[in-house]
Amino acid sequence: MKIFRQSSLLFFFIVCFSSQAEGAIEKDLKNFSKAPKFLSEFGFFEDMKNQIPAASVHPYSLVSPLFSDETDKLRFVYVPEGEKLGYVKNKVFIFPVGSTLIKTFAYLNKNSHLEQQLLETRLLINTNEGWKAISYVWNEEQTDAKRAIAGATIPTSFINSQGELTAVRYRAPNQNQCKECHQANKVMTPIGPKARNMNKVLDYQSGEMNQLLYWAALGWIDQKLDSTTISSYEDINASLNERARAYLDINCGHCHIPGGSADTTGLYLNFTEINQEKLGIYKKPVAAGRASGNLKYSIVPGHSDKSIMLFRMKSLDPGIMMPESGRALADDAGIKLISDWIDKL
Amino acid sequence: MKFLKPSNQIIVGLLFYSSSLFSAVQIIQPSENAYEEIQEAFILAEPGDVIRLTSGTYNLQDSLSLDVEGVQVEGEGMDQTVLNFADQQSGAQGLSVTSDNVTLQDFSIQNAKGDAIKVKGVTNIKFLRVKTEWTNGPSPENGAYGLYPVESTNVLIDGCVAIGASDAGIYVGQSKNIIVRNSRAEFNVAGIEIENSYYADVFNNIATNNTGGILVFDLPGLPQQGGHHVRVFNNRSVGNNTDNFAPEGNIVGEVPRGTGIIVQANSDVEIFNNEIGNNDTVNIAVVTYGNETDDKAYYPHPKSIQIHGNKFGPTGYNPDTSKGELAQILFDLSGGNMPDIFWDGLLPISQLIFGQPENEKMIISNNGDASLLAIKPIGYMVPFLEPAILDINEFHGEISPLAKVEFDENF
Repeated sequence: MKIFRQSSLLFFFIVCFSSQAEGAIEKDLKNFSKAPKFLSEFGFFEDMKNQIPAASVHPYSLVSPLFSDETDKLRFVYVPEGEKLGYVKNKVFIFPVGSTLIKTFAYLNKNSHLEQQLLETRLLINTNEGWKAISYVWNEEQTDAKRAIAGATIPTSFINSQGELTAVRYRAPNQNQCKECHQANKVMTPIGPKARNMNKVLDYQSGEMNQLLYWAALGWIDQKLDSTTISSYEDINASLNERARAYLDINCGHCHIPGGSADTTGLYLNFTEINQEKLGIYKKPVAAGRASGNLKYSIVPGHSDKSIMLFRMKSLDPGIMMPESGRALADDAGIKLISDWIDKL
Repeated sequence: MKFLKPSNQIIVGLLFYSSSLFSAVQIIQPSENAYEEIQEAFILAEPGDVIRLTSGTYNLQDSLSLDVEGVQVEGEGMDQTVLNFADQQSGAQGLSVTSDNVTLQDFSIQNAKGDAIKVKGVTNIKFLRVKTEWTNGPSPENGAYGLYPVESTNVLIDGCVAIGASDAGIYVGQSKNIIVRNSRAEFNVAGIEIENSYYADVFNNIATNNTGGILVFDLPGLPQQGGHHVRVFNNRSVGNNTDNFAPEGNIVGEVPRGTGIIVQANSDVEIFNNEIGNNDTVNIAVVTYGNETDDKAYYPHPKSIQIHGNKFGPTGYNPDTSKGELAQILFDLSGGNMPDIFWDGLLPISQLIFGQPENEKMIISNNGDASLLAIKPIGYMVPFLEPAILDINEFHGEISPLAKVEFDENF
């Protein structure tokens, strides 16, 4: 994933120059009507199999990623040359039309005998008609990925964080399921690239650099960013409360937010929510049905075992589990974090 | 999977799309690959298209979703075209719809792991002769809702059947302009429930063998609350005597077995010309939301409720005192002589002392020889005062009919 082979002082120049010279992106992303059948047709990657991006496509990473069956996520962003990003405090960056967010889900199986497996690559393309989601599922040879309109089921195995071989019925979502999470007030939107989630150092080819500074150096950002900061939920130096709220924000807060897919419940788990009942504390379920697990409240302070939230995080039953889609396994680390948090509330 | 264009299928085109010349009818048959075929059709559909699922059983492992507006999804009959989710592996619903102007008709959804059909945030949705069912009978393992439109405007449910939901068979939540008619709800905890909604007409339905037949509820802490203007008329809510099988924690878990109609925390509700009877606990209950909430904007009491012209059958002969407090209080106060109509009498303290505004008072007229019990909260708490009103004539008054709910059903 290393792009820049020049020193950091020079790289800004090289980006501008190389993207002009190569014109790597082969599709008119602004007037995007029919999605190509294969991912390779876009020209986002110099080397598909090894996920080496074209010169005008840049890697990025989030402070706290969403749990997706322990997949490794390789993220890239393309912004049309000479364009800038807009910014509103605590919101996702406003990407210019023609921008594309590229996310490959893979089991890299590092430090194991298993080979890496690319599963799917999801694109969010900002067209003249707004953001469009398309999903491509990788072939067995790992040479290209094919458009999967209805999603796909990929039964496979991987080496989990404990070093164990784990079987999973990995499910690539269909286009509509993308929208379940990626919508705010019925408009499709990216979730991850908020300033607070981008504020971390990434190991670029040119060396380590804070991602926001990197984007500024690319000329994408030219303003001072005023943002709430957020810890990584994996950061053991952060407080339990910060970590738990960071986890809930990235894993739940895109639907459980006013205007999101789960706003019908009145349970809001976004980072900026401060009302205790809306956060779930002694909040009765509204439409949970059997997903209440015979428990009375979303969160009972001091009692994770009596909290519906934990019951649903642990479940693998599609009628009970949360999030509703995007996972077939339980996030043991997340469960531990949220249990600890509730037990100490 | 075939695409039939109207140009070479003129009759089909004319039958289904006299107004839309460019629409297509896509026909899908049961097959091994049914999920991919249906879901692809749902995603690639153009506004105005018809997607027809021919007779037979479709075994689906993942939930379906439709997000293209103006699409009609039709089967060949609720007992002919069956989408079965018994082996569902992913997705919280059987079918989810998030686009406007959609018509669902003539098919059934069976054994969804969660809700059968959820429709969220749309304008104009029709369910015509759709059935949702959990086929193993009432069980807390069944999904919560059968037909579940929420946060929507202009909702028509006509000729539908809902069986076995562990919350509500037909549930319309946080919506506006609602018609539920000619439908049947059986063996659900709540048969038909209108919750946190504005302007609903519920008529010509049958609710039987549920725990509670028809519920008009309002809950705190939600984006839309303060439910109002609901008419419940010409329905039969009879024999709703299935033990409450809702998982604990859910609000309907507090509904006692054998309840005909419950109105809770709504205003301007008119209940008339219904047949309500053979309900073990009570035929009609009008109650305040009883749980604590820190939602300051929420009004927990019912007001401006009118009940008239209903025909009551036997009730209260086998009250269910195991759920909530309602049945036990009623049983104690009535000395076992349970009424047709119950009101818990709870009001803001100022109104308990100084009386209700005239236009908020409950009116009960022309219900034959119906009996009533309304608690007088102050009398209930203070010794030697009358704890309840038993004379139904105290609520007699002139009915101010609510307006009919109307919207253009030909979208």
